[in-house]
Order: sequence, then structure tokens, then C-alpha cells
Amino acid sequence: MVAIRYEAPRSVSEAVRLMAADPGALVLAGGTDLLVQFRAGVRQPSAFVDVKRIPELMSIAIDAQGLRLGAAAPAAVIGEHAELRRLWPGLAESVRLIGSTQIQGRGSVGGNLCNGSPAADTTCALIVNRAQCVVAGPGGERTVPVEEFCTGPGRTVLQPGELLVAIRVPRPAARTADAYLRLIPRTEMDIAVAGAGASVTLDAAGVCTAARVAIGAVAPTALRVPEAEQALVGSPLDEASLKRAADAAAAAARPIDDKRGTAAYRRTVAGVLTRRAAAIAAARARGSDL
Amino acid sequence: MSKLHIETTINGEPAEYLCDPHETLLSALRNAVGLTGTKEGCATGDCGACSILVDGRLVPACLVLAPEAQGRRVTTIEGLSRGDALHPLQQKFLEHAALQCGICTPGFIVAAKALLDAKPDPSEEEARYWLAGNLCRCTGYDKIVRAVLDAASEMKGSAA
Amino acid sequence: MTTPRDFKYVGTRPIRHDGVDKVTGRASYGADPAWPGMLHGFVLRSPHAHARIVSIDTKAAEAVPGVHAVITGKDLPETTATIALGEAAIDLRDIGDNVLARTKALYHGHAVAAVAATTIDIARQAAAAIDVVYEVLEPVTGIDRAIAADAPILHPALRTKGASADAGRPTNIASRMELKRGDVDAGFAEADVVVEREFRTPMVHQGYIEPHACIARCGEDGRAVVWCTTQGPFVVRDACAAIVGLDSANVKVVPSEIGGGFGGKIVVYLEPIALALARRAQRPVKIVMGRDEVFRATGPTSGSKVRVKLGAKRDGTIVAASASLWYEAGAYAGSPVGAGAMCMLAAYKIPNFFVEAYDVVVNKPKVAAYRAPGSPIAAFAMESAVDEIARELKIDPIEVRLRNANAEGDRAPYGPKYGPIGLTEMLETARAHPHWRAPLGANQGRGFAVGFWFNAGMNSSATVTLNADGSAAVVTGNPDIGGTRAAQAIMAAEELGIPVERVRSNVGDTDGSGFTDVTGGSRVCYATGMAVIRAAEDAREQLRARAATIWNVGKDAVGWEDGRAIPPAGTEKASPLTVAEIAAKMTHTGGPIVGRASLYAPMAGPAFGAHICDLEVDPETGRSRIVRYTAFQDVGKAVHPSYVEGQMQGGVAQGIGWALNEEYIYSADGVMENAGFLDYRMPVASDLPMIETVIVEVANPLHPYGVRGVGEVPIVPPLAAVANAMRDATGIRFTELPLSPPRVLEAIEAAAAVPVEA
Repeated sequence: MVAIRYEAPRSVSEAVRLMAADPGALVLAGGTDLLVQFRAGVRQPSAFVDVKRIPELMSIAIDAQGLRLGAAAPAAVIGEHAELRRLWPGLAESVRLIGSTQIQGRGSVGGNLCNGSPAADTTCALIVNRAQCVVAGPGGERTVPVEEFCTGPGRTVLQPGELLVAIRVPRPAARTADAYLRLIPRTEMDIAVAGAGASVTLDAAGVCTAARVAIGAVAPTALRVPEAEQALVGSPLDEASLKRAADAAAAAARPIDDKRGTAAYRRTVAGVLTRRAAAIAAARARGSDL
Repeated sequence: MSKLHIETTINGEPAEYLCDPHETLLSALRNAVGLTGTKEGCATGDCGACSILVDGRLVPACLVLAPEAQGRRVTTIEGLSRGDALHPLQQKFLEHAALQCGICTPGFIVAAKALLDAKPDPSEEEARYWLAGNLCRCTGYDKIVRAVLDAASEMKGSAA
Repeated sequence: MTTPRDFKYVGTRPIRHDGVDKVTGRASYGADPAWPGMLHGFVLRSPHAHARIVSIDTKAAEAVPGVHAVITGKDLPETTATIALGEAAIDLRDIGDNVLARTKALYHGHAVAAVAATTIDIARQAAAAIDVVYEVLEPVTGIDRAIAADAPILHPALRTKGASADAGRPTNIASRMELKRGDVDAGFAEADVVVEREFRTPMVHQGYIEPHACIARCGEDGRAVVWCTTQGPFVVRDACAAIVGLDSANVKVVPSEIGGGFGGKIVVYLEPIALALARRAQRPVKIVMGRDEVFRATGPTSGSKVRVKLGAKRDGTIVAASASLWYEAGAYAGSPVGAGAMCMLAAYKIPNFFVEAYDVVVNKPKVAAYRAPGSPIAAFAMESAVDEIARELKIDPIEVRLRNANAEGDRAPYGPKYGPIGLTEMLETARAHPHWRAPLGANQGRGFAVGFWFNAGMNSSATVTLNADGSAAVVTGNPDIGGTRAAQAIMAAEELGIPVERVRSNVGDTDGSGFTDVTGGSRVCYATGMAVIRAAEDAREQLRARAATIWNVGKDAVGWEDGRAIPPAGTEKASPLTVAEIAAKMTHTGGPIVGRASLYAPMAGPAFGAHICDLEVDPETGRSRIVRYTAFQDVGKAVHPSYVEGQMQGGVAQGIGWALNEEYIYSADGVMENAGFLDYRMPVASDLPMIETVIVEVANPLHPYGVRGVGEVPIVPPLAAVANAMRDATGIRFTELPLSPPRVLEAIEAAAAVPVEA
């Protein structure tokens, strides 16, 4: 019986060393995906590298440039961060939707990304907020736009020896706000059947000058939808433009049938949620004090 | 394969145990430490029966590795009462008949304690959403929610 | 017989005696103990839904260091015994084959071998080393496939019981039964409106939070002890003895606290395996199921297909009903389709009906009882159809039930005449309730449905022992899933006239308590309660006799009032004696005082429930939520009202889950895809509102206090109450459950695409 090790490095460089030295080692953040997969026999690490004793991976800092979110910070801690909620309400929403209160005590945004689930709640919100993934490895540090981080279900751009250490989110411009919505059959606990995130920037006249739209659980990865963004930019974010954005989102979706929903259903709902999320983002941006 | 020696604090007392590196904290608590009040209902973090607090944070013990407790403060259901005095939540659960088979009860009480620590005056909706990670199949949640809100009210009253 | 009386403790809400242990985590459930020298067991399960087992080679597994025993189906004797189980009799050969497959794996997850080793990791590793050669067969994944002419056959020797045509051919239809009255064709001919629909429900699970768990040990002398979470320790004893090949007298079963059952824990799964491993290893063996094993390899309830046709006159009288029910039995015969057929029309006085019921085997786990087994499925179909009748005739749904309601003296569809039943009272209470008239908001709808269950009687035993200080101990053999120990303490206190806090109620093991049928069938408060009452009466009579001895008078002259023996008038130096005073002297007046009773209680008496459900649907996503729910039920007499309310609320929540989101999702090759709490979606706290309960009490004359069973009826109405609310909210009749958002949205979109006729 092969012995599985438990390691608890205290620094990023120590963690990188461990990961590079042992290709079978897996990073343990909250464990809410990894330990479930381990128990099911789907993932068999040679070692669990617990990164929660590394300060840079747990910290949350906001400065003039924006947010630096430690990859392993638990969702509950993120959700309690008042300034983060004020500046990125949609991102905070998406984080607070993960699992249950118990799962929130463990699950992290970094873990959510690295698990590579097409339905991950935080990915869409990160994409619309122009987030960047900070990756550390044997070759040093590099940055990857979040929409490029996941390459397919369960797959990311991480190379052997690399780990995700933080997510950077630029400070939103004036009159910018985001929103994230997902559809689940119950009120809590379910994996998203479809999700949509939107971020809009308005000028003084209330016309949209910039927009980002992303949909989740309807393709092998979360999808940014440029056509939906174009439908919003230059418009007053009225019913007509919101509907155009929704139709574009539905058209861009490439969903599958599975135990959580049919493809047709996901396509329709992706459109509905895009419209609703964009409307909420618009209302927030109009009332924004940024 | 040799076991790890973990030193931690459980329910306010120093504690230590031996565990496999890949063993869960739930397993270590129930087996090595002998505290069986925390239950396993699913092992995937979906039922809340294994709810504990680690450094005051509500987590599912089935998704924490046993070595992670090193140097941390762990609170289980066994740590809620003080001597022979029940915690108000425990008392209210009894008064409201908020348990039938009782298997989910330890998890609910620990989760409710975390709720009232974070939010001493929750609304019914806030209580329901906070406790959505605790499954009960016997009660339909009605009396559980009443017990939690009543405990909140009593604890606020005595704190005033 | 029931006499109206002023109760002192019955109807109060004392704190249950076992409650402190449960809120502190001290109570010991199936997986909690550890016995010295204990080994850990792991079960190897079939990866195929339907396969012939060609060979099993366990040599590699046996050689793994730390392994102490490996068994397969061949290590268990074939048994042909039957035992009474819950409300039916069960063929132990099927149960034994289900416990460990002999020649065929009949569902994905079917146990084929088991290992006992020093750690669970070693046991798992060794199980993986067992070489099983299968000949994979085409699986039968549902009713339609099972009854098709070219269906693969699960059991070549199975013939349809109760069939006339095709009786000699291999089949997947295990049995057929029919119920009839009058002339349905004539009935339909005189009907003014006829409604005909076909309904489907999926396989669902009881969803108890505690997985099955047991520890067994067996000595060199063949004496065995089994600790397990179960609703029926005597069933475990007799089933284990037969399946493992032990003498029943040598098997003691000690029931743990039980973390939910709802009917799913009246059968054995792990216990015979643990016992057989323990016997071979000569060490105790503990086995605990994982959640996925609970879903795949215990006893969910049937998926179904039900056709119903109703005919009614313009004034709302139902004159004819016909129905065909097909229920999945799972891998072996024995679905609750018969009970479903009997319950379906129970509330209605219909002069002409014909109901046929088919028990169908499929490559899924063998179904077990789930709270009023068979009735919710039948009620979904019937109550939806009655709702359609009410809409066609533009008559209030509750009024339609009132116009057809059975009453005392009417004949139940399954034969006997009803005694006093609270159906009409309950319907009138519902109609008068503010919920029925409350305004509804946008996209909201209201549904109404009734439900019925027979409620069992069966065997119960009880002892009531007096202590020298005047306190009492009650022992019965019924595991306590819902607060029955509290109810038993109340009843004993009432009969003895001592405070409830002075009564301790215990669940004994199979050596320490007299034979008792399972905790189930809504029978414990009724039948075991009856035994407790009789045992307490027996103790009280002995107390009277002791007082007579103390006063040197005849026993018949001694009165009894309010917990005290009253001396006959004129007795010298005699004042009333309390229970404590008499008990203090028991050693000198004749010895210990132990009251006993054992009985076979007649069927408890039919009980009815009625539910009102308000639901709101999001028409753009098909997602819905329950916004208000009120449950009415005739319980006869609420001994401990809080736990009666709890039973009602719990049954409602399960029914809502069944209606909205719960289902076994199968792949084409018969593998369950959602065998966990993430994707098997039971209601969570934020899914439900407060559930209002209205208790109606029409006394059951068979019980001294008027108790009817309460636990099962509440799960019967919700499926149709929710579906009828959805009909009201969307204008669409849903005939297939669950009402998950994709299904609802698809129907809404399809309806919108059809031009609406004025």
C-alpha cells in the first residue's frame, strides 16, 4: 500500500519545491473538491500539499490598484470582507453562493478555479471583472487572464510544479458594477445548472461604455460572450439591449445534457440569467458611488 | 506507513492523536480521540452531520484532513455544554421537539452556534440559508428553525 | 374501548427522556461503538446492472496481510424460510440472495463478496484484488422495458402470480392483483365527465441521514451478538439466523439509536455479512455503508406507471373509477403495488371500480418500504385526476371530496367496513381554514389533495417495572425513531398516576424484551402503546393488591385514584397510599412488581390526511418554491402533540422533495448517476416555509386513548398537492414527477407555443 504524505509548507518557494519534486503531489486548499475526488478514487495523490499555512495564499488585500486575493482564502472570509463586497458585489455574490456555510468555511476561489469545473460559480464573476491569475512555479511567477486559465473540464494551464497563488482583480472604474446569478433547482447546495455574470460601466448620461459578459455551466469552460458585450455597449441598458445580450448569450452557449439539466434548458436559462444579471449590474452602476 | 502525531486543542483542552496522513479529521475525532458525537452522513460535505468549528469557523470535518488540526482550536458538539448546564441551543432543541431521530442534531447545533456567533439576531430566512448545509429528513426543519430563533432571542436577552 | 376522559399527561409536551443524550452527542448510533479486537468489513459490489457471475476468485484477497476473512454468496446456506416483515411476509431466499449474490448480479451495486481486515483501507484494497468474472447481460432499466415482449428476463423461474393468461411463460411481472366492485362500464356510461390520464413517478429513496451500520461478533460456540441500526431487531435476528445458518436462540440483536429509517431499515443488508465474516474470522466485524452504497444497494421505493380513469356526474359524484398500476419491485419481487391499489380509492365512496396492479422486477435495487408504501404513488395519480374532475365541473376541490367522502359504515375498497373515521371532519376543517381563502400572488397556485393509510397493529410486548422509590421503567422492543419513548412514558405515567419525569422508557434487545414487530407501519404509539398501557394497568393491579395486603382487606375493596390506592371506608389506621409508598414495601408484601403485556393488536384503523399547498413558479426558468403549506390529519388522539406535529411536518417535507426534485437518474446501462446528496436533491432548510399542522381527533375505538397511527399518512398527499398547485399556477397538468425546472420550463414553453382557445 503506497503511503500518502501530508506536507504543510510555510512559503511559496517551499511549496513550489515540493510540487516540482513530486509530480504526483496535489495542492490541498479547502479540500472540498479534492477530498471528495480522493474518496471516490478519482484522484490518487502521492502527497497532499496543504498551502493554508502560506500567508500569501490566505491573505486578502485591497489597494489603489485593486484586489489581491490569496488563492486558498476560504469563501466565508471573502464573503465577510466589507470593502470587497462594496467594490465587487457580483464577485462577492458568486463566492457566497459556493456550497453551504460549511463548504464556505473551507472552499476557496483558487480551488474552484483549479478544479476546472465548467459550472464553478466564481469563474464567470472573475472573468467579467477582468481578473488575472498569479501562478508560481520553478520558472518563477507568471500571470494568466482568468478566462484562459481553465482549458476544459478538470483541466487548467498549470504546468508540473506550478501552483495558483493569488487572483488579482483591478479596481473598478467609476460607475462600474457587476452581478452574478446562477440557476439551481433548490435554494442552496446545488451545482449551477447555468450561470451568468455581467459587469457594466456607464457614462454620466447612463449609456454603457464598457461591458463584460460570461456564462457558466453551458460549455467545457466558462465562456466570455463578446457578442453579448457588444449588444450592451453604446446602449442605455434598456429592455431591448438587454434582450439582445440575452439572445447572444443563449446562442453562444454550447451546453450538454447531463444529470443536472438538458442542453436546451441550459441554453434558454443562460439567456434569461444574462438578461437579469446585466439588469442588476446596470442598477448597481446607476446607483454606484464609485 | 507511519502515522503522524498531531497536537491540537479540542473543546478547550489540549489533545493529541495519531493519524494517517490522508485520514479525515472526522475519522480522527471519532476513532483516535473517541468523540463520536460528530456524525458521518455522506463523506462529501453535503449533509452537515459532521459540522465542527475549527478556529471558530464552521467546516465539514469530513473534508478536513486530520493533520490540519495541528495547532488549531477544534470545537465539537461535546464542547457545547458547560458541566451539567446545556447550551441554550441544546435546551431549545429539546423544548421545541426539534429532533426526532437525532442523528442530524449535533451538526445542527454546532452550525447554529456558529450562526449566532456571527449573527446574534438572525431573521428566519437568514437562519434557513445559513443552515441549508445541514440536512434533516425527519422534521421538515420547522421546529429546528423555531428552536434556533428562540435560542437567539434568549441569548440576546441574557447578554443585554 | 375508548372512554372519554380527562388526561393528566396524555396531550402534554414533556421533554423527551432520551433528548439530552441526543443534543449532546452522547447517544450511540450504529457506527459509533468500537469493540475490542474489531475488524473492518468492506463489501465488493457488482459494476454491472445485470450479469451472470461466472466465477469469483478470492485467493489474492485472502493473501493480503491484515485480511482475516473473505466471503461470497456461496458461503451462505440457501434458505427458503419466510418471515413476517413489517406489514407483509418476505421470502428470505430473495433477501439472502440480495445480501450476497449467488449466481446473478441483478443491479449495479449488488453485493458479491466481502472482506474483513484490520483496517478499512486494507479491506478495500483486498476487495479490489478479488477477481470476479461476469457475463454481462442487457439490463432492464424500467417498467416499459420490463414488460416488453422481448425483455431480458431477470429470474427465469419467475411466473406471474395471480395472472390467468400467459401464466406459464418467463416474465418480469411477479404478480398481478385486482380489486373490483359493481360494473365499471355501466358506471362510465352514465358519467357526465370522464378524465383519463397516465402518470409516472421515479424511484426515490427514504433519505435517512444515518447510513446502515453494524458490528457483529460470533463465538466458537455459535453464540452471536449483532449491534445495528434497525427498525426491527427481531427481524434482524430471525433473518440473520436463517441467512447465515445459526440458531435464532443464539443470536442476540441489540438495536442502536437509529438515525432515521422510514421503512428502509426493516430489512437486513450488512448484518448477515458482518456475522458471517465475524464467524469466519472469530473476531468482531464492523461494517458501515458509504452514502453511495446507501443509494445504490439498499431499498428505495418503486418507480411507477399508473393509468387512472374517473367518471363523474355533473353534481360531482364519482360513479366509476378504473386504474392500472405498475410498480417497480427492483431486482426481486415485492413492490407495494398491492397496498397502492388498496389505498387509491380509500377516501371515496365509488359504486363501480376496477383496479389492477402489477409487481414488476427490474435491474435496480430491491425496493423496501417507504412511509405508507405504495400509497403516495397511487394518490399522486388519483388526486390529480380528482382535481381535473373538479376543474371540469367547476366545483371547489374540497367540496368534491366532501361529496364523495367515505364515512363510518361505508365499505373500504379493500373490503372491511370503516369504523369512526375523521375524513369529513378533517375536510370541513380544511375548508374553513384561512389558508383556503388566502389571496395568491403572481405566478402562484394552490393545490389540494387527500391521502390515506391503513396503519398496522401486529405484535407488541411491554414490561413496566416498579422501583422501590416509586419510579418506573418501561421496556419495549421498538427502536425509537420519532419520539415513541416519550409517548410510552406519558402513557405509563397516565395509567400509574405518577409524574412523567418518574418514568424511564427503554428499548430492549432481543433477549431482554418480548417479541415485537418492527417500528414502522405507524404502529408503535398505537400497538406498542397499547401494550405499555396494559402492562402499566397490570402493574397498577399489583399495586392495588399490595395495598390490600398492607391493609389486610380484600383486593376488590381497594380503590385507585390519581396514583393512590384508596382504602375501603372504615378501615382502621388506613390512609391512601401513593405508588412510592406501596413500592417501598414491595419486598415485604410479595416481591418485585413487574407489569407485563403482550398482544397482537388489530389493524390500527384507517387514517386520512388533507393538505393545502401554495407554490410559486418562475415562468422563465421553471424553478418553483413552496410558499405556504398546511397539513390536516385525523390522528385519533395526540399523545405528545409536538411529536405528532413533527411526524406531519417530516412527511410533508419528504413528499415535497419527491414532487419537486428527487429522483434516481439512471444511465442507459443501469448505473445510478446521482448517488449522493449533491445530486439526489432532498429539501434543505431554505427550500421550505414553516409547515402548519392542524390535528383533528376522532377517537379510534380500538385503542384505550383513541390513538390512530400518525407517521405515514403525511407523506401521501404532498405529491398531488404540489402537482395540483403547479397546475393552478401554470395551467398545465403535470403527469410525471419530479417537477424539476427543466421539465416545467419545457411544458411552459410548449404550452405557450400553442394558440390558446377562448
